[in-house]
Amino acid sequence: MEWETVIGLEVHVSLSTKSKLFSGSSTEFGAQPNTQASIFDCALPGTLPVFNEEALRMAVRFGVAIGAEIGKRSVFDRKNYFYPDLPKGYQVTQLDFPTVGKGALSITLADGSEKVIGITRAHIEENAGKSLHEEFSGMTGIDLNRAGEPLLEIVSEPEITCAEEAVAYLKKLHTIIRYLDISDAIMAQGSMRCDVNVSIRPRGETELGTRAEIKNINSFRFVEKAIHSEVARQREILEDGGRIIQETRRYNADKDETTSMRSKEVANDYRYFPEPDLLPVVIDDEYIAAVRAQLPELPDAREARFIEEYSLSNYDAGVLVSSRELAEYYEIVARASGDSKLAANWVSQDLLGMLNKNNWEIAESPIQAERLATLIIRIKDNTISGKIAKTVFETMINDDSGVDAIIESKGLKQVTDSGEIEALVLEVIEKNPAQVQQYKDGKEQVIGFLVGQCMQLSKGKANPAQVNELLREKML
Amino acid sequence: MINSTVAEISAALAAGDISSVEITQAYLDRIATLNGELNAFITVCEDSALKQAKAADEARANGNESPLLGIPLAHKDIFCTKDILTTCGSRMLHNFVSPYNATVVERFNDAGTVLLGKTNMDEFAMGSSNETSFFGDVKNPWNTEYVPGGSSGGSAAAVAADMCAMATGTDTGGSIRQPAAFCGITGMKPSYGRVSRWGMIAFASSLDQAGPLAKSAEDAALMLNVMSGLDKKDSTSIDRPAEDFTASLNQPLKGVRIGVPKQHFATGLSIEVEQAVRDALAEYEKLGAVIKEVDLTNSHLSVSAYYVVAPAEASANLSRFDGVRYGYRCEDPVDLEDMYKRTRSEGFGEEVKRRIMIGTYALSAGFYDAYYRKAQQIRRLIKDDFDRAFTDVDVIIGPTSPHTAFKLGSKSDPVSMYLEDIYTIAVNLAGLPAASIPVGMANGLPMGMQIIGKYFDEAKILNVAHQFQQHTDWHKQKATAIVAASGES
Repeated sequence: MEWETVIGLEVHVSLSTKSKLFSGSSTEFGAQPNTQASIFDCALPGTLPVFNEEALRMAVRFGVAIGAEIGKRSVFDRKNYFYPDLPKGYQVTQLDFPTVGKGALSITLADGSEKVIGITRAHIEENAGKSLHEEFSGMTGIDLNRAGEPLLEIVSEPEITCAEEAVAYLKKLHTIIRYLDISDAIMAQGSMRCDVNVSIRPRGETELGTRAEIKNINSFRFVEKAIHSEVARQREILEDGGRIIQETRRYNADKDETTSMRSKEVANDYRYFPEPDLLPVVIDDEYIAAVRAQLPELPDAREARFIEEYSLSNYDAGVLVSSRELAEYYEIVARASGDSKLAANWVSQDLLGMLNKNNWEIAESPIQAERLATLIIRIKDNTISGKIAKTVFETMINDDSGVDAIIESKGLKQVTDSGEIEALVLEVIEKNPAQVQQYKDGKEQVIGFLVGQCMQLSKGKANPAQVNELLREKML
Repeated sequence: MINSTVAEISAALAAGDISSVEITQAYLDRIATLNGELNAFITVCEDSALKQAKAADEARANGNESPLLGIPLAHKDIFCTKDILTTCGSRMLHNFVSPYNATVVERFNDAGTVLLGKTNMDEFAMGSSNETSFFGDVKNPWNTEYVPGGSSGGSAAAVAADMCAMATGTDTGGSIRQPAAFCGITGMKPSYGRVSRWGMIAFASSLDQAGPLAKSAEDAALMLNVMSGLDKKDSTSIDRPAEDFTASLNQPLKGVRIGVPKQHFATGLSIEVEQAVRDALAEYEKLGAVIKEVDLTNSHLSVSAYYVVAPAEASANLSRFDGVRYGYRCEDPVDLEDMYKRTRSEGFGEEVKRRIMIGTYALSAGFYDAYYRKAQQIRRLIKDDFDRAFTDVDVIIGPTSPHTAFKLGSKSDPVSMYLEDIYTIAVNLAGLPAASIPVGMANGLPMGMQIIGKYFDEAKILNVAHQFQQHTDWHKQKATAIVAASGES
């Protein structure tokens, strides 16, 4: 039988507000346990929540960016369950009236076509703390630094049909969130997490199959692998005449398989009810318009502009806008160097290559956009050749001097003096009589060898065009 | 002097007739004499009280003229008090020393009051008789075989027995007004949002409100002046311009329209209470007020709706008491579930557990619409009834409780206890302000009259209450049994 896969994603993103969702505690990552836990975060009796408006602005910013309906009246609810890292015994979230309603995200598939994935809703909620099981023999430690940090949970429609689409959707979401500057969205640090709902059904069937939810996957690659392995598991069960149980599963990356989590959690009755300590959050059109007015240029618009304004290929433009920082970096290089295509090559190949090799973020790059632009200018004004430029670029990684200073100190300046070049050319002609004869006999391609010899002799510094021209002249 | 009103003590302090240290010591002595019998206080803060009193006297010498400067008061043990035991009447918090002050506590501190101690209460404010406290029953100062009412029974008894000049309380369904009525004092539940809930241990968040328990309407006004006002730490506190609640106390009542709800004079009301309230209404007519009957059609639904909404909110509010971070934890738990189960089984009393169970049930999948949603709809109807009535009248007056205080241990059936609050609960559901003032005596026990006002119209209630007290002396009656028992004149 032919099967089709139906995937829906729930993505949790930590909003990068300075303080927590309902208290003034800092949200900075990596602090000592429980140093960022106020009396409210510890759920001391008598403490009350005060809503951080910054989280609302960020959620609305996201909603506007994906063209979603914005909830003008969002209501917080309590989701009740007991766990030691949930100090109040309930999580404050939004059930019936989320801040962000229906929206959509467009993704690019492998064949270059576009697909629109519906977003059901995105709601604001608070994070739980962390239970630390390892460090304390036989006991559990609780770190409440994370408790009460604001999350945006973004729920997709079940419109994703394969692992690759799921990853494309996640990457697009990640890019937009980074463009909006509402979260670091670093999966490895947990500031972006993903729950995947997977079901399969016979092709052509309209009813959804029973789904399994794979919780808390923390990398794009694992999302892809988890979906593959879960789809295979479900297919095997169904083809054997079995039945899928609706349950929560966990992806084990070492074994590349999903395993059932305790079904007890699924059976929880969360007893949601409106949070009486908080008033509904009411916003008007003016508020939404103000947020919209402050939206940055988003990846799709920027890609279109790059193609238009900088004459880039679809591919190059796609690579360059894939992160906001990269796109901004590129744009500085393109403008300052005056050569958008050369800039695109240098940024998408040399710069990205160097960053990937060292596992650096753009912000950590030892070569700033202005320096790279200067390097490109020096190629264009013939101070150095493109090949020497690679050497200069390598030097720049460990040497923060100016481009010109590096060229100067390493003596890499291109030789354009016709007297010097003439001397080189004459020397090469003299040392390679056989090749010179071949050229004279009409073997045109030998010129490449002779130019190469001149370049070698000049240690790459001679201007190749001038060498070429002079060689031909002298061999006439 | 300890039997004087706040207004009188304030004047004496200002005149230099007495110092705060002297009056504070007098109250501490009174507490030492009576608390064994009445059990009104859980914690007495002798040392810090005398220090605060001394500081108040010094501040006065330096020109501070704050009206409550140096006045000794008691806080219900539901308010968090920094570095002082805050139990909420529960074993769960029997060892909880709060690291912070409730806003109400902070405001009284800023006003220069002296904290004598923390008063006993029904556990987590759940009760109408003060018999659910982990720290034992509070006795009614008029007759120690009777309950003082609840849940602010300790505060009411302390004020009635002159163990403090004034006390704070909280009212979720009548917890200030009913004990005020049973103990013969003046108590007021302000409008929801008038007084900050920060630091007040939550029972039912959408209903809880802090208020004064005092010896007169004027004292209640003085207290409310200090307690009320916007607090950014409580998102449900309301931003309104500050008011001086004493300013309109002396307005004549000529032309004031008083509504009398027929539903509050129906079956179940004792003859004595009915007569006392009717006599009071006659007194008001003499003062020029106009009496009109009003119809609170849905008031019979209020107890049912309340016992869904309040336990539902409580079931979540009390989830934080899990033995993990503070308070009671069971001995030697074998695992997490065992710790939760035993901590909560052992830490909470029967009534609290009953309400957690009711609330959990009402919110459960499949029951939500039938209970919680329905109760919220009833709440809206009840509010609409009041809104309609208040288009025609300025205040609504009726009995606070159907009868006088009952005997300790006489009500073993929870439902009959829940019906104690039949006249008071609707006010909480509607978020309105209401006071209870003494209106007469029956069989040696005081009776209370409830005055309900429009939303944020506490000033009118206090005016109506004060005028009554200017022309009657029910509020000046003293708990003679205790006075005799303690050998004071």
